[in-house]
Amino acid sequence: MKRMILGNEALALGAYVAGVTIATGYPGTPSTEILEYFARYPGVYAEWSPNEKVALEVGMGAAMAGARTIVTMKHVGLNVAADPFFAVAYTGVEAGLVVISADDPGMHSSQGEQDNRNYAKFAKVPLLEPSDSQECFEMMRVGLEISERFDMPVLLRTTTRVSHAQSLVEVAAEQVQRGSVERPATTQLRAFRRDPIKYVMLPSNARQRRVALEARLGRLQDYVETTPLNFILWGDRRLGIVASSIAYVYAREVFPTASFLKLGMAYPLPRRLIQEFARQVETLVVVEELDPYLEEQIRGLPDIARERVRGKDIFPIIGEFTPELVAERSLAAGLPAEMVAEHLRERSGSAPITRIPARPPLLCPGCGHRGTFYVLRQLMFEEQEAKEEKKPPEGTGMTSGSPYRRGNLERRRRYGLVITGDIGCYTLGALQPLNAMDTCACMGASIGQAIGLEKGGIKNKVVAVIGDSTFFHSGITGLVDVITSGAATTVIILDNFTTAMTGGNVNPGTGKTVDGRPARRIELESLCRGLGIEDVKVIGGFDTDAIAREIARAVRSDEPSVLIIREPCALEFKSDSAFTAWVEPEKCVACWACLVTACPALVRKDGKVAVLTGRCTDCQVCVRICPHDAILRVERAALSQPS
Amino acid sequence: MKPLNFVLTGVGGQGIVLSSDILCLVGMAVGYDVKKTDVHGMAQRGGSVISHVRLADQVFSPMVPLGGADYLLAFEKLEACRWAHYLHRDGVAVVSDEAIPTLAMESRTPYPADDEIMSQLQQRAGQVQIVSAGSLAAGLGNPRVANVILLGALSRFVAIPAEIWLRAIAERVPPKVRELNRRAFELGRSLEVG
Repeated sequence: MKRMILGNEALALGAYVAGVTIATGYPGTPSTEILEYFARYPGVYAEWSPNEKVALEVGMGAAMAGARTIVTMKHVGLNVAADPFFAVAYTGVEAGLVVISADDPGMHSSQGEQDNRNYAKFAKVPLLEPSDSQECFEMMRVGLEISERFDMPVLLRTTTRVSHAQSLVEVAAEQVQRGSVERPATTQLRAFRRDPIKYVMLPSNARQRRVALEARLGRLQDYVETTPLNFILWGDRRLGIVASSIAYVYAREVFPTASFLKLGMAYPLPRRLIQEFARQVETLVVVEELDPYLEEQIRGLPDIARERVRGKDIFPIIGEFTPELVAERSLAAGLPAEMVAEHLRERSGSAPITRIPARPPLLCPGCGHRGTFYVLRQLMFEEQEAKEEKKPPEGTGMTSGSPYRRGNLERRRRYGLVITGDIGCYTLGALQPLNAMDTCACMGASIGQAIGLEKGGIKNKVVAVIGDSTFFHSGITGLVDVITSGAATTVIILDNFTTAMTGGNVNPGTGKTVDGRPARRIELESLCRGLGIEDVKVIGGFDTDAIAREIARAVRSDEPSVLIIREPCALEFKSDSAFTAWVEPEKCVACWACLVTACPALVRKDGKVAVLTGRCTDCQVCVRICPHDAILRVERAALSQPS
Repeated sequence: MKPLNFVLTGVGGQGIVLSSDILCLVGMAVGYDVKKTDVHGMAQRGGSVISHVRLADQVFSPMVPLGGADYLLAFEKLEACRWAHYLHRDGVAVVSDEAIPTLAMESRTPYPADDEIMSQLQQRAGQVQIVSAGSLAAGLGNPRVANVILLGALSRFVAIPAEIWLRAIAERVPPKVRELNRRAFELGRSLEVG
């Protein structure tokens, strides 16, 4: 029977049905759901590892022990796991090992849009690229078979539109119900073999494995020419399209009558198949998102005239494709117009409506990060620090009155704190109106960058802000360098007990496993003290006074400091408070100071601020910061009518 | 069978994904090939949400082409405007009258007035149906069924029998709220068109 399945679920189900017993990974959009689905199946081991490198190393060990294994991550995660990825290409495996990289063309939720097909060629690892959920399901089995047959890991690469699209998958009836999936009788396929020449990558052994790697690629060359994952659909031979992944289905929609060479397995490149296809078509067009990965290799093949191959001269190298973009560019490039599907040849649509307010992602109402970013913003945009120092801020550590009258914002001089940021929900603190972040590069970078800024000459001004999961991922080593470098860095760890941005996944500080069993918690304060940080403080996320005081103190101090600002994620741990914030209209002078917190529960109403009490979680940040005491904490029951 | 393209829009938390799941089940029951794609991740933090659902004998792209949507089902009226250009000129817009305010600090572009929204939508759709989904749902005793009321209103414009929609809804909602959802669908379907 057919079932509608998300690409990521199809990968999990395909792995389970093929006898995978071990799955590891680190959450990252658009890959996260693969492991979350897999962890629900009975009789498997799944873990969210501290980072992708550890995940792949656990995966190598599991495959070495003879258990079929998958390792999941987003595209940039493979940068973190690149070291073991290159190594396992040399050592090979015992049981099948499939590494899943979910790429994000268009950067829906990423800091870059690198094309991880390059990693296949770079590390010499076979590459599979599904185009829909059915292919996700099937390619998982094929990938494991290739891995075992050729003694290599396999890279299975999806993109956002494959991972996060649902389509029909033909599954046996017994596979439909979660938890009653039929599996091969033997899932422990092989046993660990002691084989130092294979597994101990000393130069003398690695040189032998280097040769063995090329031999395995040679055998794969024959496989890739004949695998049904690569096939030709003959149609009109004026136009021959080579495509893989989501670009293949876009091209099929745009050119219903053209000839197609679909590449499900594009590394090693099926050279003879491509040459055979190229010989029989007039124009060869490569339709691929991001890099000209296929195009460049195809142009290098003998017997294919370079000028007959088209690709990036027609389609963009940046961003994700859509069928209408493929159609539009093809028409502009002079490909036969009559071969373009009618519904895409002349579009019926109208222009987008302009001048409508944006609706960007926001920190949730009750988010434990809000108070910290409000304070950081204050300290970052503080006027004339020298003047301020004569009368140190009382209580809140902030100036009284409102510096936030309209129009003032742009004129203020930015100096005060320099804030190095990191990756997570709290990166939203970089957006309007908080604007409280100067850098965000990659996982864990905030701490190293803060050390570097200090060594580069910016003293007693730099604060690194990093979330708990990101700190476990790759902040710990940065903190080690804080100590060994003798830096006076102030590190704020925003601890909400979860990996929130990707949907509330467990991390080493959660105290639970991915399948909900209790686990040992790693306590951040003990960890930091154990490394040698003496100044470790824990503060509540809504206590803006204490946050302001402690940041000011820690920054001025010449010793390294860690401030753990701890508040459970508002999405994961819902508030059921009987209280809500409420604005006393007579006292509100419309200074908009509270609106700088970017709280979705605060709105403008009749020239004043009003609280949407249905959204308010009683975090009290707005109550604390209102310079005119116009926001009160009241019992919900006391409000006669909800505003 | 005639290909049908739907775009569903709104704000995170409005039940958009559930509604697009139900639409897929409706399509499957009629015998269509079905694909859909939603936004995940960043967009769930109170951001704008869009879901594409495509029904055809064979669906290739999971994304509805710009200008290719036969139906726009909007759970929030500003979001209807944001994505209205996905509509085919003969397309139908079924729009909830609910307004969810945008971030108060970012007020340089104000939330558009109702007549402005209506005229913009009318320029881009063959037909616009405004549904008081929120107050109708409150009338049924549960604001969460606004999405199913909207599905009911949408179903009037789609040549697929009501029983198929009702079966898909029953399949997708928990047993204890099936009856409520059936009433919500019937209510939406009974609304005067226009």
